[in-house]
Amino acid sequence: MLGKTANGLYWMYRYLERAENTSRLIETGQRIGLTRSGTMEWGSVMQTAGVAEGYAAYRGEVTQDQAIDWMLRDTDNPSSVACAISEARQNARMVRTALTNDVWEAMNACYMRSKDLFARKVSERDLPNVLKAIRQRTALVRGATHGTMLRNDIYDFARIGTFLERADNTARILDVKYYVLLPSVFAVGSTIDNVQWETILRSVSASGGYRMAYGNQNNARDIAKFLILDKRMPRSLGFCVSKIRDNLNYLASDYDTRLPAHDIADQLANRLSSHDIDEIFEYGLHEYIQSVLNAIGELGRQIEQDYRFYV
Amino acid sequence: MSDDKIFDEMWGRDGLLRDPYSEFQSWFDAEDNARLKAKQREADELFRLSGITFNVYGREEAEERLIPFDIVPRIIAAREWQKLCRGIEQRVRAINAFLNDIYGRQEIIKAGRLPAEMIAKNEAFLPQMIGVHPPGGVYTHIVGIDLVRTDDNQFYVLEDNARTPSGVSYMLENRETMLHMFPELFARNRVQQVATYPADLRRSLAACAPPAADGPPTVAVLTPGIYNSAYFEHSFLADQMGAELVEGHDLRVIDGRVAMRTTRGYQPIDVLYRRIDDDFLDPLNFNPESQLGVPGIMDVYRAGGITIANAPGAGIADDKAIYSYMPEIVEFYTGERPLLKNVPTWRCSEKESLQYVLDNLSDLVVKEVHGSGGYGMLIGPTASKKEIAAFRKKLQARPGNYIAQPTLSLSTVPIFNRAGLTPRHVDLRPFVLVSPDGINITPGGLTRVALKKGSLVVNSSQGGGTKDTWVLED
Repeated sequence: MLGKTANGLYWMYRYLERAENTSRLIETGQRIGLTRSGTMEWGSVMQTAGVAEGYAAYRGEVTQDQAIDWMLRDTDNPSSVACAISEARQNARMVRTALTNDVWEAMNACYMRSKDLFARKVSERDLPNVLKAIRQRTALVRGATHGTMLRNDIYDFARIGTFLERADNTARILDVKYYVLLPSVFAVGSTIDNVQWETILRSVSASGGYRMAYGNQNNARDIAKFLILDKRMPRSLGFCVSKIRDNLNYLASDYDTRLPAHDIADQLANRLSSHDIDEIFEYGLHEYIQSVLNAIGELGRQIEQDYRFYV
Repeated sequence: MSDDKIFDEMWGRDGLLRDPYSEFQSWFDAEDNARLKAKQREADELFRLSGITFNVYGREEAEERLIPFDIVPRIIAAREWQKLCRGIEQRVRAINAFLNDIYGRQEIIKAGRLPAEMIAKNEAFLPQMIGVHPPGGVYTHIVGIDLVRTDDNQFYVLEDNARTPSGVSYMLENRETMLHMFPELFARNRVQQVATYPADLRRSLAACAPPAADGPPTVAVLTPGIYNSAYFEHSFLADQMGAELVEGHDLRVIDGRVAMRTTRGYQPIDVLYRRIDDDFLDPLNFNPESQLGVPGIMDVYRAGGITIANAPGAGIADDKAIYSYMPEIVEFYTGERPLLKNVPTWRCSEKESLQYVLDNLSDLVVKEVHGSGGYGMLIGPTASKKEIAAFRKKLQARPGNYIAQPTLSLSTVPIFNRAGLTPRHVDLRPFVLVSPDGINITPGGLTRVALKKGSLVVNSSQGGGTKDTWVLED
């Protein structure tokens, strides 16, 4: 496979994942906005999506209306849902020969639908339906990927892109909200805590999953454990990193070559398997998440280099 | 040619249904117009979804556009096609022999059949190719011959495309779409397949592998990238052939081979089907500004390390100034009389011809010698006085830049629109593959249709559409 193609696949699926994550964050933001007065939450939502700096530079004062538009369809924001989908599709065009017809058509249809939906500003009333439609479209791409693509290096690079983006997203949510999960800061069980915890869980579509795994009582320790270490949770750091390692290992056996990226992935995966949540709190939640974020970044760069994404 | 009535391929000149269309006609009569309209919309949706788009140069807002597709097939009888094929094959053989000669001993010039300055002063002639013998002696692996029809038995070659003819993806996708929408039509008509084209292309390219190739040849398609107007076609062909789709920055010269950067290191390419112009192919040998090509590829090519399809310099054979000599060229190399007609052509570089053209501008089509895509041409009969006056100035300033031809009364084929079946002018581009094993002509080709009433301009960049082209079984 061409290095360029591996790069295109990796980014196609990263952007697709990003579009989904951002749309989920918008949904959460709107929901919180309804249950609380004011717009103070949007600054934090944009920070989680990693688009707050751009907003400050281009738009300035935070309002709900503008924040939603910025995250949803602003072309000045390269990570807006509209831009992410258009980038995913552009990468898909580039790697068209590596995709099945089903995947390409699902991706193209997703793009065409998003163009329609984002042609003009989305009203608050329409927002839930628009976000739902987008996520359905991205889910179709994912479904076609699972159902029709060969399990070979093409698939591995697609999966690595997906899980790196997802791990990055979950880590960023934790990083922005880590203080909410520290037992010492707020009185446990306060209203504020509950809303914040709910926000975190919603941001990763995990309210239901959490309840199933840990029961109805929200508490910071369990939520942190769920999102960092729990391998049942498909958006937890532990889950994502072990998937990345698996796919890298498939590549290693496929190509019969182990590369530096494999060692980084192994180390990271081992860390997340061997630690327990109390150790992490002891080490410092913020510091721990920062170190995971750094390791994910390093892993991404090493993969690009090992598999010759660029000249 | 001067007959008042235009030849319609379905209804002839006199409104009598022609044979190849009889099954289609009875099917159409029994069809409901509303259903067909829905089918027309369905076709547009299918094309949009498959991403079969092209980019219009210089139009930012219309980054990707669909070429309009018309659901009425253009139908050719087996015997008509066989006859055409003989003419096409003869012409393609002559073109390849001409290229061998022109970059070799130049016998045709020595024999006085072609003026030396037609070559020496021609921008399409590549001196770097003199003495180069491409593997298998094939210069033009893929050729598109643009034909127009004026009567039952009268076809003219409008131009030859010996560089990188495009449009074959439309031939294939148009057929796929028709099969999807109207399976019953294919049950009633026995239509020859076009779907084998990608496999034929691959086989044909592989048969021209260079001496340096060992094992099954590695084939790659070289594209300028996703912003090129024909990118869809490049990726489509690479996909269908099972070849890699590469850009210049994926390639470099290593150990006398052209190699592509893969996830496992650099791997040599044996045959490169390039879809970029000669000038951009190699910044070391041609345009030094080119970012699209591969520095040093020409040196590898000359040393037998890679096959480039079509060969650099093949454009000298489809140059519009050379076109007017095609009857001589065919005769010189095949020893036969040309089976396909050339359109009579005035070379404006010649004084008497120029005068004639200037005197008859309103009756003639004037084309730029190096132009393509229907840009920069004058269609006298439909042009306004103002347009003619403006063109006259351009022509007088650079006469050598133009040729002129009479306006042919192109045949029509019906399209389906609000009025039902309505005649529109068409042309035809069959696709020809050349390898040492022989010449392969896919039964069908690309039919382009001028969608505006009376218009003779079929180019997609000028609002033309396409049709599925059927060649019936014997």
